[in-house]
Amino acid sequence: MDNNVIIDLRNISVKFGEEQVLRNINLYIRDKEFVTLLGPSGCGKTTTLRVIAGFLEPDEGDVVFDGKRVNGVPPHKRPVNTIFQRYALFPHLNVYENVAFGLRLRKLPESHIKAKTAEMLELVNLKGFNRRNVASLSGGQQQRVAIARALAVEPRVLLLDEPLGALDLKLRKDMQVELKSMQQRLGITFIYVTHDQEEALSMSDTIVVMDEGEIQQIGTPQGIYNEPKNAFVADFIGESNILDGTMRRDLFVDFSGKRFKCLDKGFEKNEPVDVVVRPEDVDVVAAGEGMLRGTVTSVTFKGVHYEIIVDIKGFKWMIQSTENQNVGDEIGLDIEPDAIHIMKKSVYSGRFGDYSSFSEEFDELSDPEEEEDI
Amino acid sequence: MKKRSALAHKMAVSPYMLWSALFIVAPMFFVVYYSFTSADGGFTLGNMTQLGKYTDTFLRSIWFGFLATFLCLLIAYPLAYAIAKSSANVQRTMVALVMLPMWMNFLIRTYSWMTILQNTGVINNILDALGFGRVKMLNTPGAVILGMVYNFLPFMILPLYSVLAKLDPSVVEAAQDLGGNSLTVLSKVILPLSMPGIASGLTMVFVPSVSTFYISQKLGGGSFDLIGDVIERQFQQSYNYNLGAAISLVLMVLILLCMAFLNRFTSGEEEMVV
Ligand SMILES: Nc1ncnc2c1ncn2[C@@H]1O[C@H](COP(=O)(O)OP(=O)(O)OP(=O)(O)O)[C@@H](O)[C@H]1O
Ligand SMILES: [Mg+2]
Repeated sequence: MDNNVIIDLRNISVKFGEEQVLRNINLYIRDKEFVTLLGPSGCGKTTTLRVIAGFLEPDEGDVVFDGKRVNGVPPHKRPVNTIFQRYALFPHLNVYENVAFGLRLRKLPESHIKAKTAEMLELVNLKGFNRRNVASLSGGQQQRVAIARALAVEPRVLLLDEPLGALDLKLRKDMQVELKSMQQRLGITFIYVTHDQEEALSMSDTIVVMDEGEIQQIGTPQGIYNEPKNAFVADFIGESNILDGTMRRDLFVDFSGKRFKCLDKGFEKNEPVDVVVRPEDVDVVAAGEGMLRGTVTSVTFKGVHYEIIVDIKGFKWMIQSTENQNVGDEIGLDIEPDAIHIMKKSVYSGRFGDYSSFSEEFDELSDPEEEEDI
Repeated sequence: MKKRSALAHKMAVSPYMLWSALFIVAPMFFVVYYSFTSADGGFTLGNMTQLGKYTDTFLRSIWFGFLATFLCLLIAYPLAYAIAKSSANVQRTMVALVMLPMWMNFLIRTYSWMTILQNTGVINNILDALGFGRVKMLNTPGAVILGMVYNFLPFMILPLYSVLAKLDPSVVEAAQDLGGNSLTVLSKVILPLSMPGIASGLTMVFVPSVSTFYISQKLGGGSFDLIGDVIERQFQQSYNYNLGAAISLVLMVLILLCMAFLNRFTSGEEEMVV
């Protein structure tokens, strides 16, 4: 294994009572890497961070820092700092003292503390807030104090639990850029938690997709987006049409009653598979041309593109196109071989990938189970 | 419009005004009135000028009050912390146990201590049986302070417990995360955040301790006076309401001064914790 691995989680399992919250997590993180844990609410992201920070001892498995096992080492002796999901600011201290807290514990000279605190507050756009009571700040301001407080002590590893959750879109984008450039400039390892897939894709070196306490896939943003391992990942990252298909032989797959050329091989002959087609990879052509033919059931304007739902043999496809279509029209669809991604069948097969709940008549009937995973 | 709402406001607060007039202002008025009059009702400063002879008693009472309050804080804080950290069921049980003695009459509780501490009491019987001989415990200052601590301890535990139970555990984690060991976390975060509870606990123990008379009579055996005893005697034996009122008034002022002194250490954080 690489010798610049800074944190290594080996076979970590955590149970709360009967509930298995983390199942056999194996993950290593390199020095200065930006790793994002991505997954739906309750999948165990915060729990994973708590195991790394030392607030929670895993029931099984080892936490390794710099090659040394640190199970049982208390949080204040670990070279990691956390930005907590609910800020956890000190209510009895003002903004300045909150940010200076970690510096004071390190017994640094007052002049240094003052300079560092001012620098941090400027960084998070809170200049002039020094004497403010933290309870009087807005959610977004509190979150920024939390960021400044953690960064002030210059940790080697920073754990960020949805640090931008309370910010509005504009500030969120600014802070994303700011955090990313700070991470690169200061050379800190970031372990970042979010359930915003766009944020994950744009900021990370590595994305870890989790669901129900298990790692579903680890990879680069491009790798995860282009080669999702199963229907859960395909559905969670971006929009996906996920169809039942059969791999006829290498480079040929059947779905929607047609045979398509694809780039995948190495499957059994006639193996049932999940086929993923991203909405932006489908070309709209005139009805009669193209491989597939269907009826437009709804069109939504999204700014950059139109989101078009097309009914093809009862399966509702989502297509993104810069050209508008009329509801009720017949259109043709073309799919290039490199737009077709083949995945092995998994427990998630059949649970995602149909956009029927998007059309109006299904809006209210849609299954609450599926709703959760959107 | 404005008039009506003003009237409505008056009507809404009037029960409270009436209540305070009846139970707070009127008694205070009588205390002040009696303090500065003689038995025949004429104005005098004579009651006040006599108080010099009680200086020792005042000082002893305040000293005992401080000791009892301090001991209560020392015992109650770790206990309240432990309760607040335990599971919901244990918390309920422990709080009930803390309050349990308060359901029993105060006099009976103090009498029980007399029988426990006396020369032929349980403790001395055990000490004797073990060959240590009997130790005089009843009728000592120690017994009086023990009585105060025992009787008023719940008033310290409960406010401490309620602030500690509300303490956000993630704030404690944040302090550990930033490099604080247990001691720093305690002194820099947990203690400051529990100041409102400490302040109310100090008040609720100190005030009754300073002014108690029953405990000192039963457990101190009348061998020394506390100021509460002196006041009680003026009203119950000498029927000198004027002197009694004057002592009460001065005691009240002294208590306020002491509380101001104690609160200097606990103020500043109070309004920040909801
Ligand atoms: N102290 C605890 N006791 C019992 N169950 C817990 C505890 N902490 C977390 N859980 C459970 O563990 C599961 C994972 O929780 P976790 O906080 O790690 O989720 P998360 O991925 O961070 O979710 P979110 O995105 O909502 O923050 C949840 O089902 C949660 O209810
Ligand atoms: Mg979480």
